Amino acid sequence: MMGEQKNSQLNKIQAPQAQLELMRISLQRGSKIKAQEIIFWVLALTTPLLLPSHAMMISEIAITALFALSLDLVLGYSGIVSLGHAAFFGSGVYSAALFAKYFLIDPTLGLLVCATVAGLLGFICSFTVLRGSDLTRLMVTLGVALIMLELANQMDWLTGGSDGLQGVLMGPVLGQFNFDLQGRTAAWYSLVVALVVFCFVRMLVNSSWGYTLRVIRDNRLRAMAIGVPVSKILISVYTFAACVAGLAGGLLAQTTGFASLDVFGFDRSADLMLMLVIGGVGWLYGGIAGAIIFKILQSELSAVTPQYWMFWIGLLLIVLVSVGREKIKGWFTREYLVSLLTASTNKSGGAR
Amino acid sequence: MNFAVNDKTVLSAQALVKTFGGIQATQNVNLDIKAGARHALIGPNGAGKTTLINLLTGVLNPTSGRIELLGEDISELSPHLRVKRGLVRTFQINQLFDSLTPLETLSVVVSQQFGEGSVWYKTMGLSNQILERVAQLLEQFRLTDVMNTQTSKMSYGRRRLLEMAIALACQPKVLLLDEPVAGVPTGERDELLATVAALPADVSILLIEHDMDLVFNFANRMTVLVNGAVLTEGTPEQIANDPQVKAVYLGQTQIEGHTHA
Amino acid sequence: MLTILFDGLAYGMLLFVLAVGLAVTLGLMNFINLAHGAFAMLGGYTTVLLMQRLGAPFLICLPCAFLVCAVLGAVLERTLYRPLYSRPHLDQVLFSIGLAFMSVASADYLMGSGQQNIQLPQWLKGRTELGEDPWTLGMGHYRLFIVLICAVLTVILQLTLSKTRFGSQLRASVDDPVVASGLGINVNKVFLLTFAVGSGLAGLGGALGAEVLPIDPNFPLKYMIYFLIVVSVGGTSSITGPLLAALLLGVADVAGKYYVPKLGGFIVYSLMIVILLWRPQGLFSRSTK
Repeated sequence: MMGEQKNSQLNKIQAPQAQLELMRISLQRGSKIKAQEIIFWVLALTTPLLLPSHAMMISEIAITALFALSLDLVLGYSGIVSLGHAAFFGSGVYSAALFAKYFLIDPTLGLLVCATVAGLLGFICSFTVLRGSDLTRLMVTLGVALIMLELANQMDWLTGGSDGLQGVLMGPVLGQFNFDLQGRTAAWYSLVVALVVFCFVRMLVNSSWGYTLRVIRDNRLRAMAIGVPVSKILISVYTFAACVAGLAGGLLAQTTGFASLDVFGFDRSADLMLMLVIGGVGWLYGGIAGAIIFKILQSELSAVTPQYWMFWIGLLLIVLVSVGREKIKGWFTREYLVSLLTASTNKSGGAR
Repeated sequence: MNFAVNDKTVLSAQALVKTFGGIQATQNVNLDIKAGARHALIGPNGAGKTTLINLLTGVLNPTSGRIELLGEDISELSPHLRVKRGLVRTFQINQLFDSLTPLETLSVVVSQQFGEGSVWYKTMGLSNQILERVAQLLEQFRLTDVMNTQTSKMSYGRRRLLEMAIALACQPKVLLLDEPVAGVPTGERDELLATVAALPADVSILLIEHDMDLVFNFANRMTVLVNGAVLTEGTPEQIANDPQVKAVYLGQTQIEGHTHA
Repeated sequence: MLTILFDGLAYGMLLFVLAVGLAVTLGLMNFINLAHGAFAMLGGYTTVLLMQRLGAPFLICLPCAFLVCAVLGAVLERTLYRPLYSRPHLDQVLFSIGLAFMSVASADYLMGSGQQNIQLPQWLKGRTELGEDPWTLGMGHYRLFIVLICAVLTVILQLTLSKTRFGSQLRASVDDPVVASGLGINVNKVFLLTFAVGSGLAGLGGALGAEVLPIDPNFPLKYMIYFLIVVSVGGTSSITGPLLAALLLGVADVAGKYYVPKLGGFIVYSLMIVILLWRPQGLFSRSTK
């Protein structure tokens, strides 16, 4: 923009403010709040009003999106291949349910509890993903999830075993909003929590710490060679992601009043990965987009073929991975959609 | 090119040994890098040069021996802490962050250097201090025009420049350059060579290189490594005239051309 | 107690035959194939169908199971798997999970969701007891048969690897596919054959072990973790590694479920985690990949 640096001796000492501004703008691109985002969230928050009969579904989508976001932090941003993220989700579900059943029914307190429990578990497990190959990490994370499943199954005096934990009654949110049968409070509760956490994660991801995640994912060797304390950072991201997963789990228990063993299941982890494949890893809205699409697909397809739902999931996974999400994403890019739009406006004779 | 070399040792390897199974990759290596040095490490392929660098930087743990940086024992120190103390390296094969742009990459490195690496509550690189340093580096390595290009999409020569820029961004006191011009097309070589030559005098440099032109123009001291052990050490003239070295390097013509350096 | 040991060894040998294909695939193509169990399931179902619908004798079913799975394996390798070799591990995991899901749902649809039982031939139904209490060694003839067949297979595998030309081509390709193809080895063919044989062996294992590891639509997912344990603990740089890992796993599982039934599953998973944390490259692996 300014060619001053080539001419003036003075400017050789210090880059012109204009260039610094350009750089600053470039770096802030990710963190600048875009209009689409605001529209999206406003829309999301009004859906319980617009679609009251789907309130429970909306709540589930928000919860799933939060869960997917937590896995994206680990998988997409940090590059840790994990098959057992359900372990943290499940521990959130059961700790929130048990806390409400035996201690206090305040939802916000319950969320604090399940985030702490899941975070603790995440912290302990984080040491297992520091070393080894992708396969080792896969195995160890899967192993942990299976152990949690076994634990929950065996301790049926506490967890209700395969029958699940029933009758979890929650008090009003913030002492004001009672959980209604229709699920409107649940939907708003889930959406608000999801939004708050999302904003926090957004801040994290655009910070220096967030960039070190990407740096570790791209090249761990070089990350070490530039002074990044890789192990410490991985432990912190894994723990935090576990907290978020636990929060999502807690929300599920609180909004449905129920906890069952399948929250630890491999199915859940696999579904989650599918969501990230659909929505895309490594960007904030990947999990959200994937969760929305997945949940809608699930409810549509389950109605048609309840038993063989797994078949279609499997097929979708194979197609998405083989064809490549990039290609399919190309069908949804702004350019392509705009070209479709202009084609149709031209057809209908509208002036632009 | 003469740099005032004082006798202070900034980096030393003492009786360094590394065995892999039955293979002795590094045999009792003693190496002293002096302050302000332009020290070259040469040797035939497989001599263990990169292994030595890996040992010095902590990527590999020595079987026995000691490493000292600026007078302090760093033999047990983890790699990222050695970097913090000023021991920085470049890689023979580019080790870059492919999904990031040079601007982002250097911002991360400089943020680390300024102690802001673990800041989680502010967007990265907002401070003027960091941005200025990044701009300086981009300018120095002539990367300003590609600062917003994704690293994976840059040309090889530019990537090599970025490789070097990252190392310099770490504010090294001792810099280990592992074959900096390896694989760089002739056109972009000069740019890279000029940058290497322009490195500040207070940075002590150990250079691994096969290109004898570069080595003899650059170094004021050379160590020859063969089969993991130090064959000999001396000034470029001494090395060029050493019959042992000539014998080891079958390509005698390469050395011969520099006997009167 | 010796009986438990014997049963554990039989179980372990079976697991080895089932998992060896996975180990070689991982070591050779660096491909994490979570759908491997589907081939075992196919072998089991093939046997069930042949025995129930065609009245074929058990012994005939075994090579049939091998062939069916080997052929399917070859077809899938050529069409679906090959393009994914260079992809990141995550993609491979997702792909193979998808395949596994499809196989589970298909089996459910085609064969019903119940467990399939096979009628073992008369000569396998017996039991031999050696020694006296408490050191009696009770060997069911079925399990004895399993041990024998698996031992023979292991020896054949080891000999093939070390003595035949194909074996050395395979080992070269595992070491470095690029260099191997530079030496004129048709790496694609090696991959194809290896994958086919590995899948065939899984099918054979599924058929052979149909009474020890019951066949139902959830087979691929239920036992996937076991195969993965064998491979990750045993490492992929040899055949003996997975063999020892499988035996260890077999004995630990059987003994665990017998002596401490409440903690059965835990023992195996915890053991695996501990081993992998201690030696991430596998207990018996030479390389530090």
